[in-house]
Amino acid sequence: MLLITCPHCGPRPELEFTHGGEAHIARPENPAAMNAEDWTEYLYMRANPKGLHAERWRHLHGCARFFNALRDTTTDQFVATYATGQPRPDLKGAGQ
Amino acid sequence: MQKFSAFELFKQGLNGQAGWKPQWRSPEPKAAYDAVIIGGGGHGLGAAYYLAKQHGMRNIAVLEKGWLGGGNTGRNTTIIRSNYLFNESAGLYDHSVKLWEGLSQELNYNVMFSQRGVMMLAHTVHDVQVFKRHVHANRANGVDNDWLSPEEAKAFCPPLNISDNMRYPILGAALQRRGGTARHDAVAWGYARAADDLGVDIIENCEVTGIVRNAAGAVEAVQTTRGLIKTPKIGVSAAGHTSVVLGMAGVRLPLESYPLQALVSEPIKPVFPCVVMSNTIHAYISQSDKGELVIGAGTDIYTSYTQRGGLHISQHTLEAICELFPAFRRMRMLRNWGGIVDVTPDRSPIVAKTPVPGLYVNCGWGTGGFKATPGAAHTLAWTIAKDEPHPINAPFTIERFRDGHLIDEAAAAAVAH
Repeated sequence: MLLITCPHCGPRPELEFTHGGEAHIARPENPAAMNAEDWTEYLYMRANPKGLHAERWRHLHGCARFFNALRDTTTDQFVATYATGQPRPDLKGAGQ
Repeated sequence: MQKFSAFELFKQGLNGQAGWKPQWRSPEPKAAYDAVIIGGGGHGLGAAYYLAKQHGMRNIAVLEKGWLGGGNTGRNTTIIRSNYLFNESAGLYDHSVKLWEGLSQELNYNVMFSQRGVMMLAHTVHDVQVFKRHVHANRANGVDNDWLSPEEAKAFCPPLNISDNMRYPILGAALQRRGGTARHDAVAWGYARAADDLGVDIIENCEVTGIVRNAAGAVEAVQTTRGLIKTPKIGVSAAGHTSVVLGMAGVRLPLESYPLQALVSEPIKPVFPCVVMSNTIHAYISQSDKGELVIGAGTDIYTSYTQRGGLHISQHTLEAICELFPAFRRMRMLRNWGGIVDVTPDRSPIVAKTPVPGLYVNCGWGTGGFKATPGAAHTLAWTIAKDEPHPINAPFTIERFRDGHLIDEAAAAAVAH
């Protein structure tokens, strides 16, 4: 079981969390201007990286808030967690 | 190829069984092939076999970064069934079951396909309604599936607890009698042996590190840890690593890779006659011919490439198993492991051409790719050879997500997710 550091509550066991998928996928500002390819990219296409992954988590059985995390998908190690709305931390190769 | 037969076994016995030769070669990669398959699991080896056998392409190679069948082919719970809801799925999965039925004969290799029946348990009124709908839909598609009362389910699988003292009592079950299990390693080895016999080069310990495209954008070569290999056609059967491999050609896919765990018990005498699945309380179980109980858990909640997962996921499944089969409460588990499964948004696979000319993909099988091994391999080979899909895999494109033609087995809840 992973130990996940909620930016609001601190380290908690994985059981308290839900996973929200890839982070930083912005909801389209002008949906009417989107074509089928744009919608496909927004709704379905995912980076699915082998390595650092920016993803959303929700501390459902705690503060219930969403936050973002950088996690290495080859080790499951969390490199950083940060509040929703903040940009992806620039680690300059750290934590790889 | 040394044919296996009772006579051959007798003949070798006269010589102390010392005359058996390796079942396939271990060749050095050539500089160029007519087609290259990436991924030496059942799906990839099978595709190579059908390319050579049915489409006359003998100058081909299978590239495997590890060893044959060491990925999800060797990590799954070997369940085979075709009782999916939608017409497209029934076509593809039943195509596989029909190929399974003749596979040992075709390959001259015993894949130990055993049609012992797959029983899916219903625990809620919703389950009952959904499963009955499946039974009707399956029958309309020529796929066998029967509705059983709890007593009939117990008669078919005696260890089953059908009392009302469990949290989710069993209200009935759907039984596909043509479903069952097969020996997972034998599938990879059988296809490898038969493909090798037709001239296919099977190259292990050869990881693909890049895909080279020409000025027109078409596939030209693959870069590997064992050198550059030129080829005009590449078929990718890389399961959980499909996003990584297709990323080398600049193709994005609607895939996410999750760990899926399984475990086996210590071996015991035959006590369990069929396969039992419960989607609602989430467990799969069967007994291997070696005697181990083979148990499948669900996916972890996060994406990962680690081939392991959280112990609480296995624990959750074992709690369900102990509730369904109280006799197993004191069994000891021998080992557990994880595989990486590539999951699509609609939980249906992609067996199709890609936007890159000469690049074909077979992926997105999620938690249930083993059952489809022959069908996936057969239709992928067809698609590679003819540069157009077989009618059976034609609906399983990447473009279905753009065009809205989802094959939404996820919503149909035909499988546990």
